[in-house]
Amino acid sequence: MSATDLQNHPAARALAQRHRLRVWEGLPWLLALACYFAFPRYLGFGTEILITVLFAISLDLALGYAGIVTLGHAAFFGAGAYTVGMLAKNGIWTEPITGLLLGAAVAGLIGFLSGLVLLRTAGLTLLMLTLCFMGLLEESANMGADFTGGFDGLDSLPIKPIVGMFEFDVLYSKTQYLYVLAVLFVCFVFTRTLVYSPFGHSLTGIRENTLRMHAVGAPVERRLVICYTISAAIAGIAGALWAQANAYVNLSTLGLDRAATVLIILVLGGYGRLYGAFVGAFVYMMLEHFLSKLYPEAWQLGLGLLLVVIALFARGGILGIGEELRRRFRGWRNKP
Amino acid sequence: MTVLLETQSVSKNFGALRATREVSFKLEEGARHALIGPNGAGKTTFINLLTGVLPPNSGKVLLKDRDITQMAQAERVKLGIARTFQINRLFRGLSVLENVYMAVAERVGAAPKMLTPAGAQRDVIDESMQLLESLKLADIAHHTIVGLPYGRQRLVELAITLGLKPEVLLLDEPAAGVPSAESHIILDAIDALPKTIGVLIIDHDMDLVFRFAKRITVLVRGAIFAEGTPKEIGANPDVRAVYLGQATQHG
Amino acid sequence: MIFGIDVISTLLGGVAAGMVLFIVSVGLSVTMGLMGFVNLAHGGFAMIGGYLIVLAMNRLGMPFVAALAIGFVVVAAVSTIFERLLYSRLYRATELDQVLFTIGLVFMMIASVTLAVGPETQPLTLPTWLQGQINLGFISYRTYSIVLIAVGTVIMLGLWLGFERTRMGAQIRAAVDNRRMAESLGINITRLFTLVFAFGSGMAALGGGLGAEFLGLDPQYPLKYLVIFLIVVAVGGLGRITGVFYASLIIGVVDFALKKYLPQGGTVFIYGMTILLLLWRPQGLFGKST
Repeated sequence: MSATDLQNHPAARALAQRHRLRVWEGLPWLLALACYFAFPRYLGFGTEILITVLFAISLDLALGYAGIVTLGHAAFFGAGAYTVGMLAKNGIWTEPITGLLLGAAVAGLIGFLSGLVLLRTAGLTLLMLTLCFMGLLEESANMGADFTGGFDGLDSLPIKPIVGMFEFDVLYSKTQYLYVLAVLFVCFVFTRTLVYSPFGHSLTGIRENTLRMHAVGAPVERRLVICYTISAAIAGIAGALWAQANAYVNLSTLGLDRAATVLIILVLGGYGRLYGAFVGAFVYMMLEHFLSKLYPEAWQLGLGLLLVVIALFARGGILGIGEELRRRFRGWRNKP
Repeated sequence: MTVLLETQSVSKNFGALRATREVSFKLEEGARHALIGPNGAGKTTFINLLTGVLPPNSGKVLLKDRDITQMAQAERVKLGIARTFQINRLFRGLSVLENVYMAVAERVGAAPKMLTPAGAQRDVIDESMQLLESLKLADIAHHTIVGLPYGRQRLVELAITLGLKPEVLLLDEPAAGVPSAESHIILDAIDALPKTIGVLIIDHDMDLVFRFAKRITVLVRGAIFAEGTPKEIGANPDVRAVYLGQATQHG
Repeated sequence: MIFGIDVISTLLGGVAAGMVLFIVSVGLSVTMGLMGFVNLAHGGFAMIGGYLIVLAMNRLGMPFVAALAIGFVVVAAVSTIFERLLYSRLYRATELDQVLFTIGLVFMMIASVTLAVGPETQPLTLPTWLQGQINLGFISYRTYSIVLIAVGTVIMLGLWLGFERTRMGAQIRAAVDNRRMAESLGINITRLFTLVFAFGSGMAALGGGLGAEFLGLDPQYPLKYLVIFLIVVAVGGLGRITGVFYASLIIGVVDFALKKYLPQGGTVFIYGMTILLLLWRPQGLFGKST
């Protein structure tokens, strides 16, 4: 093959165009905007979904791309939430956008420092360490009642209007919804860029074969720590948004419940796929919203069954099932 | 001839097992060197000492007279030591091209970039494709590793390593599991390497070793047993006794 | 003197709690060591056992010891079915899949128990011969705690003998140390694992019943105690019976003492120590380094 043949080879073209925007990628954003007008009474719930999407995206970066199996990601969500909460409650900082950055910085710093030591381990040890680390933060927040409000948390946080103009809407969360949507969009664009970059490609390499990454000269540990720090910072932003949108913060932001839920959401949607976070958060939270209050046991039983089925048969989650169906359909169509 | 890679009485113990015993070894520029020995002679352990996967208990490893004994694996790769693995270690969920891209991007320093797409690194893609073409892998560049036959995967393994443009190339049984009809592709690829590269090959396949090597070192129970040209080694009665005899019996 | 008695009674209480931790966790340690299976549903088997035992006593009027035996047998049998039908499909799967699968099982167990029995805590009434205090000469202490210590010690000795002296024990030890080597020696790991899994789940059931009196028994049990069981196993070292025993006693005593003297910071201390320990020795206090 000549040099131009090689450049036009399907594999080369596929790789060169991998990051191109697809038409359907506009869909989630259009739908989210449409919901703003269509369901004005449900925007508080919508805000909650959007925040969860952002949190799940942060986990996807660490778990889905770099393969860091963690059970303690709520540590960073909580760190962001408590940063905003404690600063606002004590009247130190109430401006929301810089508040997000502070939340990201604190969570990122915690992610960086814990990642430096934790990410030297793998497997069960790493799982245990992330779990214990989150437990440590949760208990500290519980104990330091003078600063964190202890078990009750901090409420009635005085958050300033966004850019000094848009008051947070206590009743219908209209402002919150658009604000969170905008922040989610910015963070998503960043994550998407990162995932398709050479750095993101090398994270995939670490997930697929750590030993080989060492052998091609990649500084594996440094890459993992960087990834973990970014992931933690984004989780921190999600937590900070949660505190601002609800105007309170409590221990629920830090616990095993939240960490397990976001993991389930990501896996349900499909991890390592960027849009799995959207699908998973939407499906899970809709089901939970409408089922868990009416039939709590049936909801839990069904959720458990769903997890078992996913682990056994559908490791790609909902998006994975979609990809499989599309492949089969193509195979079927191409048959004479 | 300048010496590229050298060990000075390197030893490695696993508990009571002395896997490598005071091995002093030199790999010269342009060398086509083979390391042979019966099973359990410590060949792979020796490779792991050279590449920095394992630290030695005593002795030194030098690269062009520079002491690299304490250096981590990734740093040694940057200095030009690359290896293939005895068992394929590939990025199984990725395409052949994406596998090779990984190595080339590391070498040219593109891998840490976060804000530009991987697909925009045309130079990395083009170089990877050319490498695949030279190994007759271009046709399957878009295939995912999982579905490939073992022999093909073996070639991808070699392609990744060559993508690092090493000065020292360590091949751990490169032809193992490759159908004999295809093993010449591997040898041809090694023949086509720049003459200055020092190549060390470990293999059981005596045909391959004698075809390829200009110099052979025999390792027995972790220590150097004999060293010489293929002719000398082939004629050495002791080597025949401990090793070659065994190998001919096997077939 | 008062102080001395205080220390002794704290020790006894902690050791008794540690014995229950040991009985529940020992199976988890061996299955994790043997197959590397991250089984977060282990506490679920303890809960189901606890419920069977308490219900057999409260509703069928069965004596305590007979109920314990029933709990052990039923849970061991049920877990065999789980292992053969479901767990065995995931031996080669990633940790993530194992985590999801077993979390899913936990949810299903919690929901089933809530549906069948209700969300409230099930009270365990000890038989009269286990109530009250016993005079040990130098101190008077709760009879039940002393019995727990005795039972735990006997179980520990029995397991240790079984592990060190029987053929199967030797096979398990060999498989924990080097699975591939054990397989090449002709040890049937799959069958071994089924047996160990069933036995370990039965032990968990026993622990669930024995501990119900002070750990409480409600549908949230498997999640509430998940982390502490995992900590015991991680600190003790995977597949080490003596390791799990010592780790259980240490954590039992530390937890008991901290709750008594430092009710606020206890959990932080345990989490912190576990993190430091695992960073220092990832294989646990008593595990072999690889």
